[in-house]
Amino acid sequence: MIDYDYKKPENLEEVFSLLKEYGPKATLIAGGTDVMVKIRNTRKAPEVLISLRGLEDLRYIRKNNDYHIGALTTHRMLEQSDLVKTELSALHDGASEVGSVQIRNVATVGGNICNAAPSADTSGPLLALDATVVLEGPEGRRSLPIADFFTGTYRTVRKAEEVLVEFQIPVEMEGFGSAYWKHSRRKAMELPLLGISVALKLSENKEISDARISLTVAAPTPIRAYKAEEFLKGKPLDDDVLRETGKIASSRDCCSLRDSLRCAAWYREKIIQVFVPRMARLAAERIKN
Amino acid sequence: MKKVPVSFTLNGDPVTAEVPITWSLLETLREYFELNGAKKGCGVGECGACTVIVDGDAVSSCLYPIPEIEGKSVTTIEGIASAEGALHPLQKAFIENNGVQCGYCTSGMIMSAKSLLDQNPDPTEDEIRTSIAGNFCRCTGYIQIVEAIGMAAIESDRK
Repeated sequence: MIDYDYKKPENLEEVFSLLKEYGPKATLIAGGTDVMVKIRNTRKAPEVLISLRGLEDLRYIRKNNDYHIGALTTHRMLEQSDLVKTELSALHDGASEVGSVQIRNVATVGGNICNAAPSADTSGPLLALDATVVLEGPEGRRSLPIADFFTGTYRTVRKAEEVLVEFQIPVEMEGFGSAYWKHSRRKAMELPLLGISVALKLSENKEISDARISLTVAAPTPIRAYKAEEFLKGKPLDDDVLRETGKIASSRDCCSLRDSLRCAAWYREKIIQVFVPRMARLAAERIKN
Repeated sequence: MKKVPVSFTLNGDPVTAEVPITWSLLETLREYFELNGAKKGCGVGECGACTVIVDGDAVSSCLYPIPEIEGKSVTTIEGIASAEGALHPLQKAFIENNGVQCGYCTSGMIMSAKSLLDQNPDPTEDEIRTSIAGNFCRCTGYIQIVEAIGMAAIESDRK
């Protein structure tokens, strides 16, 4: 029999005091589309669920200097935001691909990242957009690059007493174009076999002046393909350069592909080699003038 | 098991209930209110048979923890026909286009479509398909359903 208590704090202070009171017996829940599914599938529940849905002031998408996205922002809000679509396009791509409309209406971006599935559709875009994760605990706030947030499959650096409150994306990203490709067998209700995000910027002479590439399901955590990024910088956006970038991104220098029930490693390698170039082209087309 | 009291609006009427705190919105609708239109398919948010509308948005009621429904407005398939019993344009269109075969997915399918048309009265075929991408139908092949939603959009437009 599944049994748990369900707490509905109205502000962060109440969340912190509940976390202190229940410690490891408690689990945070936001949209619930991962937490509830896990409870149903395992038939095991924590003693207490602490809901974050009452923290309405953590649902926002703002641009003031940097971009600020509240942790309780739903995937649907990201999907429908013109600001996200035009200036943080990869994140729009990723958020629009999660589950179904029914799921996106409640599932939050903070939850997607804290759950830390290797296949999370917003993690790759946030990595490529150089997002900073803001955590808040009873002692105050701390920030870290999202690249340092994931420590393993379903594991992060978030401490039990902390809540992820915001993502910040540097304003410099407005000069970049970005794109995310979710490679899957169906068009919806799927997890990616591989996810590829590219964000890049062109100089006046049409050379790539800066680039960020991230891969999901290519390692135990979402990763940046730093060596491939380095290779791109200062080069023209042409077929030879992009083909080589795809090769570097799919090599052991950048990722650790493996065979799984859902996809073979050799196929994942091919996906990266084909779609890194395509996403780079799309990202370049999306650069705002 | 601990029970929780909730007050919300159900198909336009204010209601209250006291149900086990671990119940989902779906269990509350079916077991407490005896509204059996929303169906349980997978129970984990993948099939869409349990779709209802909460504050204008389609959601999977099987994943919706009941304590969260406090103060919200819920619309189910039982609440979309007129008070006089005239079918909603979507219900008529599903019948006329043979969008119903076994019927198990139908109420969820119609609620997803209603949420779409309420927010976007003139959707493209792509937008229709996206709106029901989380509603599985194993009978129709979807074509008649997509046509029915398109027809309902045109019907609503005429009014």
